[in-house]
Amino acid sequence: MRAMVYRGPYRVRVEEKAPPRIEHPNDAIVRVTLAAICGSDLHLYHGMMPDTRVGTTFGHEFIGVVDEVGPSVQTLQPGDRVMVPFNVFCGTCWFCARGLYSNCHNVNPNATAVGAIYGYSHTTGGYDGGQAEYVRVPFADVGPTKIPDWMDSEDALMCTDALPTGYFGAQLGDITEGDVVVVFGAGPVGLYAAKSAWLMGAGRVIVVDHLDYRLDLAATFAHAETLNFGQVGDVVVELKKLTDHLGADVVIDAVGAEADGNLLQHLTSAKLKLQGGSPIALNWAIDAVRKGGTVSVMGAYGPMFSAVKFGDAFNKGLTIRANQCPVKRQWPRLFEHIRNGYLKPSEIITHRIPLDHIAEGYHIFSAKLDGCVKPVVVPPAA
Amino acid sequence: MSTVPYVNGSRSGIPSADELRSRIPGWGADLDPADRPSVPREIDGTIPEGTSGDLPEEQTEHEPRERSIEHARLTPVFGTSCPPRGVSGAIRKLAYARYSEARAAHWLLLLAADRVESKAHALRSLATRRPDNPVTETGVLSEARHHGLSSRVGHNRVDVVHHPLDPVIVGAPWVLGAWATLRVLRRLR
Ligand SMILES: [Zn+2]
Ligand SMILES: [Zn+2]
Repeated sequence: MRAMVYRGPYRVRVEEKAPPRIEHPNDAIVRVTLAAICGSDLHLYHGMMPDTRVGTTFGHEFIGVVDEVGPSVQTLQPGDRVMVPFNVFCGTCWFCARGLYSNCHNVNPNATAVGAIYGYSHTTGGYDGGQAEYVRVPFADVGPTKIPDWMDSEDALMCTDALPTGYFGAQLGDITEGDVVVVFGAGPVGLYAAKSAWLMGAGRVIVVDHLDYRLDLAATFAHAETLNFGQVGDVVVELKKLTDHLGADVVIDAVGAEADGNLLQHLTSAKLKLQGGSPIALNWAIDAVRKGGTVSVMGAYGPMFSAVKFGDAFNKGLTIRANQCPVKRQWPRLFEHIRNGYLKPSEIITHRIPLDHIAEGYHIFSAKLDGCVKPVVVPPAA
Repeated sequence: MSTVPYVNGSRSGIPSADELRSRIPGWGADLDPADRPSVPREIDGTIPEGTSGDLPEEQTEHEPRERSIEHARLTPVFGTSCPPRGVSGAIRKLAYARYSEARAAHWLLLLAADRVESKAHALRSLATRRPDNPVTETGVLSEARHHGLSSRVGHNRVDVVHHPLDPVIVGAPWVLGAWATLRVLRRLR
């Protein structure tokens, strides 16, 4: 089969690779019809995440058609059109029993601190991902769901990570009616988080980024006020001025480990790997939220230490909430919102790239060329 | 004149619920904090009826699978994408066998293994029918077709500052490696 393969930092290519096999009775093999490149794939692409192995196929956002099922699979059969959450999870361990699907303990031998994710570094379990023609989907009775007939393929694809992650980020903020919500990062997750904040009753939503084309989308797609931090001297002071000098009630960090805005932080983390991630956005979040407020962290950070301003968080009495999104818990409600027309997630897709041209797709997304917000990958047979 | 927050009071500039509802589709659809999909964060952990509560069936371990020493056992299901091989594989096995996730050594060894591996593969690929091609694999040719210059210039993008550094930092080890190899070859002659 054709599959995207990692060759080293900033280098990927498409190779002919042996198709995946059923390795466990509850596995399914899914033929991918649509995949996406995610901002967190860029951390892998840039060589930032430890144990990213040459030969790995990336891609934790994909939908497809069931091609083959293992002997114990009951809920799916070949031909079913399915969406697959980015988390691999068992559904029965101590953590899954409590709904913490993203923290499953039965699927990732490589680490206990993180659950399993398709097509990520081996730190998340060593599973190949969906930027390929076929993928192995473990616990086929647990993770995937048949795509509702009425749902558009690209909307379904956005439901595998970006949309639920943004929506979950807004939930972690514990937004109450009339709250002032600031979102750092106008990428897909930040845009969806801003949109979700309104559903939860926010009174004002302010999105911060340095890319004007993305801020334009924050204004139109997410109905938010915008702030370009590249055009103000001190983003924290600017946010204080915008919020009665109280600060925001809730700040959502939808940037994560490779934040720009401070060259030293960027170089020490993204380039020199001295930090597990550059916490620029997180530090701004800590300083821009009001005392007693909540910081929700949705941006992906690596497993190593980061230089976080913890003293400010302590002195301000902040609540910091974070997790990978347990995708499947969000689905029923998100399906309702999509059906009601409150959410149209596919509106932020900007690029549709054939699998064979994926190297260019990664470059365009990484360098933010061409107004790129969300690139989608189309396998040859799809 | 004192204002919020120096005196108690309400924030300025918050529109009424009716105003928001008419402007933003779906505003307030999830207004009740108790009625949101991830609330409560942890649901009742009792074993659901009809399930045994047993460990899932175990995937066959065809070769020794590296695992975090913070795990009590190999997980019943695991990925088999790229088993550790060669020098990088030895470094990875050491990182997993010796150091927990709490130790910087664990992560630094894994990062070191990544660097060793990508270089080893690049060298080895020279002996195959498909050597690594930095031009096609980095996708830089898209610069011309996808407005590389106009996407960067005149937009106050703060990341543009480090774009020229990216190829330097990525390419430096290769240049240094080539230089060292040349020195060694010269000395041998
Ligand atoms: Zn993603
Ligand atoms: Zn589990």
